[in-house]
Amino acid sequence: MNLNQIMTLLPLIILASFAMGILLIGAFAKNAKGTSTIGYIALASMVFVFLSLFLFVGKGKMAFGSMMRMDVYSIFFNLVFVVIGVLTILASISYVKITGIHSGEYYALILFSMIGMMLMASSTNLVMLFISLEMMSIPIYIMAGFLRNDDRSIEASMKYFLLGAFASGFFLYGLTLIYISTGATSYQAIANFIAGTQRWNLSKLIWVGIAFITIGFGFKVAAFPFHAWTPDVYEGAPTSVTAYMATGVKAAAFAALVRIFFSVFSPFQHDWTSIMWLIAVLTMTVGNFTALVQKNVKRMLAYSSIAHAGYLLVAFVAGNAMGRSSILFYLLAYAFMNIGAFTILMVMAKKNDYHEDLDSFAGLGFKYPLTALAMSVFMFSMAGIPPTAGFIGKFYIFSAAVKSHDYWLAVIGVLNSAVSVYYYLRVVVYMYFKEPEEEIPTYRFSAPTVFSIVLAVWGVLQLGILPGDILNIARHSIMALM
Amino acid sequence: MMSHIWLIPFFPMVGFLINGLLGVRFKRSWIHVIAASAIGLSFLTTIILFVDLMKVAPEARHFEDVLFNWIVAGKFKAQVAFLIDPLSIVMALVVTGVSFMIHIYSGGYMEDDPGFRRFFVYLNLFVFSMLILILANNFLLMFVGWEGVGLCSYLLIGFWFEKDSAANAGKKAFVVNRIGDFGFVLGLFLIVATLSQHGIWSLDFDVVFKNAPLFSTTTVTAITLLLFVGATGKSAQIPLYVWLPDAMEGPTPVSSLIHAATMVTAGVYMIARCNVLYSMAPVSLEVVAVIGALTAFYAATMALVNNDFKRILAYSTVSQLGYMFMGVGVGAYSAGIFHLMTHAFFKGLLFLASGCVMHAMAGELDIRKMGGLKKFMPVTFWTYMMATLAICGIPGFSGFFSKDEILWQSFHRGHIVVWLLGTVAAGLTAFYMFRLTFVAFFGKPRMDDELKHHLHEAPKVMTYPMIVLAIASVVGGYIGVPEVLGGSNRFEKFFEPVFTGGAAHALAHASASVEFLMMGISVAVAVIGIIVAYLFYIKNPELPVRLANGMKGLYTLLYNKYFVDEIYNSLFVQGTKDFATFLWQKVDVGIVDAAVNGVASLVEWSGGMIRKLQTGYVQTYAFSILVGGVVVFVYFFWESLF
Repeated sequence: MNLNQIMTLLPLIILASFAMGILLIGAFAKNAKGTSTIGYIALASMVFVFLSLFLFVGKGKMAFGSMMRMDVYSIFFNLVFVVIGVLTILASISYVKITGIHSGEYYALILFSMIGMMLMASSTNLVMLFISLEMMSIPIYIMAGFLRNDDRSIEASMKYFLLGAFASGFFLYGLTLIYISTGATSYQAIANFIAGTQRWNLSKLIWVGIAFITIGFGFKVAAFPFHAWTPDVYEGAPTSVTAYMATGVKAAAFAALVRIFFSVFSPFQHDWTSIMWLIAVLTMTVGNFTALVQKNVKRMLAYSSIAHAGYLLVAFVAGNAMGRSSILFYLLAYAFMNIGAFTILMVMAKKNDYHEDLDSFAGLGFKYPLTALAMSVFMFSMAGIPPTAGFIGKFYIFSAAVKSHDYWLAVIGVLNSAVSVYYYLRVVVYMYFKEPEEEIPTYRFSAPTVFSIVLAVWGVLQLGILPGDILNIARHSIMALM
Repeated sequence: MMSHIWLIPFFPMVGFLINGLLGVRFKRSWIHVIAASAIGLSFLTTIILFVDLMKVAPEARHFEDVLFNWIVAGKFKAQVAFLIDPLSIVMALVVTGVSFMIHIYSGGYMEDDPGFRRFFVYLNLFVFSMLILILANNFLLMFVGWEGVGLCSYLLIGFWFEKDSAANAGKKAFVVNRIGDFGFVLGLFLIVATLSQHGIWSLDFDVVFKNAPLFSTTTVTAITLLLFVGATGKSAQIPLYVWLPDAMEGPTPVSSLIHAATMVTAGVYMIARCNVLYSMAPVSLEVVAVIGALTAFYAATMALVNNDFKRILAYSTVSQLGYMFMGVGVGAYSAGIFHLMTHAFFKGLLFLASGCVMHAMAGELDIRKMGGLKKFMPVTFWTYMMATLAICGIPGFSGFFSKDEILWQSFHRGHIVVWLLGTVAAGLTAFYMFRLTFVAFFGKPRMDDELKHHLHEAPKVMTYPMIVLAIASVVGGYIGVPEVLGGSNRFEKFFEPVFTGGAAHALAHASASVEFLMMGISVAVAVIGIIVAYLFYIKNPELPVRLANGMKGLYTLLYNKYFVDEIYNSLFVQGTKDFATFLWQKVDVGIVDAAVNGVASLVEWSGGMIRKLQTGYVQTYAFSILVGGVVVFVYFFWESLF
C-alpha cells in the first residue's frame, strides 16, 4: 500500500475524517446554533471532496489490487453524490431544527453512507461491492428512523431494515454463486474467465447468481416487484432522508449495476434483456398508476420515484452506449429535480403538521409565488416537459430504446410519461387554480434552504437548456467503463 | 465596440426583467426611470455603434457578433448572432430613438393607470423583440423577434382587457397576424428545403443571399411571395390590414410606437433585408408595388369620412405603409426605408398628439365633439402641425423628401399606374389630414361646458418628447435631399453596400426637368387637397354634408370601410366557427373526450386496484419479493439451458 493508492482514497478519507469529527463535535453541540454549525461543517466536507475529485480527472486508477477503480465513471458518480450531498445538507440545516433531529449523528451518517455510495460506484470486486452496499445501507436504515417520536418514522426504519436484510441475503448469495462458478472475485478476472470459456461449459450457477444479484439491485432501486417497501419508507422517513435516499441510493445502485452488468456480465446481455424489459415496464406502470391516486404529495413522490426507476431500467434494457450514458445523465437530473421538490416539502413542514397533502398546496402560488414557481419547475421536469432536465433525460432514454429497435418499450415509456403528467401537474393546478380551504401558514425560508432550492432550479434548467457538456461527460464516463 | 452589438437588445431586456420580476414593490417613478433609461442606454449604444460604423470604409460596413450556438440539429445550425450594417443600424437608431421618446411620454400618459408596471414591462419587452428582429443575422432569429413583437402587440392592444372591444381587438390582431406568419414560416421552409438540396444547411442572411443564384426563378418567386404574405400581416397591407384600425383600442403610446412607428414597418424592413431575393423575382416585386399602391389609395379613401381621431391616423398609417411597399416594390429600397424613417417621426408624433387630445378631452375621440383645441393646447397643436405638414408632403418638411422620392422612383422606373395611385393618395392624404386639423383644432369648441373647463395642455413629460419628434419631423428629410435640389442624397449612398442587388444604378440618369415636374405635381396635389379641406370645413361647413347626401352610396361604402370586416366575418370567421363548433361538440366531446375520460377512469381504477397490494405488512412485502425472486430465478435458469 503506497502513497499513490492512498491518494486514490482521498475523497473517502476526507469524508470519513469529517464524519468522525462531526460525531465528536456533535456531542457538545446541543443548541440550535451548534446544530447549524455542524451542518456547515458537513457542507465544507462536500467542498473538499469536490475539489479532491479533480485530482483524478483523466486518469483511470486501479487501487488495492483489483478492489476499486477511480476512473471517469467513478468521478462522474462521485460528482452526482456531491450534488446530492450539497443539496440535502443545505436543505437539512433548518429542517433538522424544526423536527428536532439530533444533528451530530445525522450529518455523520449522511457522510458515512456517502462513503458507501462512492465505493459502490468505483468497486471492481464482488467483496468490495457487498461491503460498500452495506456501508451505504446501514446508516440509511438508522436515518430513516430518526424522528423517534413519530410512529411512521420508526415503522419506516424497521421495514426498510428487515426487507433490506432479506434482499441483501439474495444479493450476497448471488455474489457467492458467481465466485463459486468462476473462482474469482475481481471483475476483471471474472470477465476473463467468462470470455475464455464456451457458453455451454459455464456453470449454470452463473445464471442463478445473476438472477440473485438482479433481485438485490431490484430492491435497492425499487423496481417492481421488489418495490413494495418504498412508499412506506419514503413517507415515514424524515423528508431530508427521503430525498437523500431516493436520489443517492438509486444513483449508487445504478452505478454498481451498470458497471457489473456491462463490464462483467455483458456476454449475457441477451439473457437478461427480456426479464429486465418486463421489470422495466411493470415498474414504470405500477409506479405511475399508483401515484395517480395518492393524495399525499410525499407518498406520491415515492411512487413517482418507482416510476423513475422504471425509466432508468428502460435505458438499461436498451443497453447501447446512448442508453448507458443517459442513465448517468438522468440520475443527475433526477437528483436536482427530486431533492428540489422534497426541499419544498421540507420548507412546508411544521413540528406537528408536515403539510404533505395536496390540499396544503392549494393557493400556494398566490401567497408564495417564487416557491410555487420553483415547485412548478420541478414538477414540469419530473413530468418531462421542456425546457427542463427531465425532458432531455427522458428524450435520450427513449431515443436509446428506439435506437436499439425496441419500439414497444419506447412507446410504453412515453405513454407512462403521459400518465405521469396528470399527477405532477395536479400539484401545479392546486397551487395556482385552487382556493386554499384554510389559511396558508407562514413558512420560514432560511438562507441555506433558499440556496438549495435556487441551486436545484438552476440545475434543472441548466441541464434542460444546455445539456451538451454533461451529456458529453456522461458519454466519456461510459467509455471509461470498458 | 462592434463586438458589443448585443448590448443594444440587452438593455431593454434588463429593464423588462427588473420591472417584470421585482417591480411590484417599486414606486411608479422608479419603474418609469428604469424602463426609459433602459431604452436610453440602448439608444446611446446604437449611436456609438453608428459613429464607429461611419469610420469604416463603406464596403466594409458589415459586422457580426455571434453570441452562441442556438440550434444545432444534424447539419443545420442557427446561431444567436447580431448583424450591424447600414440597414440595421438605421432601423436600430429609429427604433431606439423613437422608443426612447415614447417611453418618456408614456410616464405622463399612463400616470394614473393601475397597470402602470405591466405597461412598461410589455413596452420594454416589445423594444427588445423589435431589436432582435432588426439585428438578427439569420431568418430564424429574425422570426423570434417577429413573433415577439406580435405577442407584445397582442398584449398591448388588449392592455385594458376588461373592455370587450380591447380584448377582441387584441384577438383579431393576433389571428390575422397568424395568417401572415404562416406564410412567412412557409417561406423559410422553402429556403431551407431548397438550399439543403445543395448541401447548405443555414438560414443566415449572408449564406442565403450568397447562394441566391442556386434558386430557380420559380422558387425565388414563391419564397418572396410567401415572405410578403408575412409582411402584409405584420405591416397591415391588403388583404390583412383589417386588424390595425381596431388595434387603436390599445393605449395611445402603443398606437404610436408599435402601430405606427416601429412594428408595422417590420415587413418593409424584411423586404429591404431580402432585396437580393426580391430583385431576382420581378413578379414578386410587381406584386409588392401594386399591393402597396392599392393599399395607399384604398386606406386613404377610408380615412376621408371617419370621425375617430385615432382611426383616421390608423388608416393613414396603413396608407403610408403602402407607400413604403411601393418604394421597395419598384426596387427603390432606400426610398422605402427613407419613408419608413420619416414616417416613424411624424406618425409617432401625430399619435402622441392624439394622446394629449384624449387626455384633455377625457378620452373622447370623436372629432365632431372637438373644435378650437388650438387655443387650449398650443404646444400640442404646433407639434401636431409640423407632423401634419410633413405627412402631406409640403416642401421643406421631411415627408416631402421621402414621399416624393418614392413617387419619383415609381414614375422613373416605369410604374405609371403605381405612381398615379400614389399621387392621388397623396392628395387624399392632404385632404383628410387637414380635415382632421380643421375640425378638431379650428372653429368653435363643440364640447360641453364641463369638458371645456377641463381642457388643458399636457404636462412637460409629454410635450418635450413631442417637441423632439417635431424637430425630427421637420429636419429628418434633409439627410436625403435629392441631387436635383442640390443635395447629394447621402441616405441612398449610405445604403449602397446593402442594396447593390437593387437595379438603381442600371438606370439611365433622368433629366432634371422631368424630376422637377413630378415634384411640382405632387406638391400641387397636396396643396389642392388642403384647399379643398379648407373650403369644406372652414369656409363652407354645409358642403360636406350636402356632398355626403348627394353621393349616399359612396359615402356609406366608405363610412363602413367597404364592408370588408363584414365580408371577412361571413366568409372566414363564421365558417371557421361553424366548423369548430362541429369539431368541438361532435368530434371532441363525442369521440375524443369520451375516449380520454374512459381511459382516465380505467387508469384510475387500476391505480386503486394496485394500491390494494400495498397492505403495509412487512410479510406481504417480503412475500412479493419472494415471488418476484422465484420468477427471476426461474427465468435465468431457463435462459441458462440454451
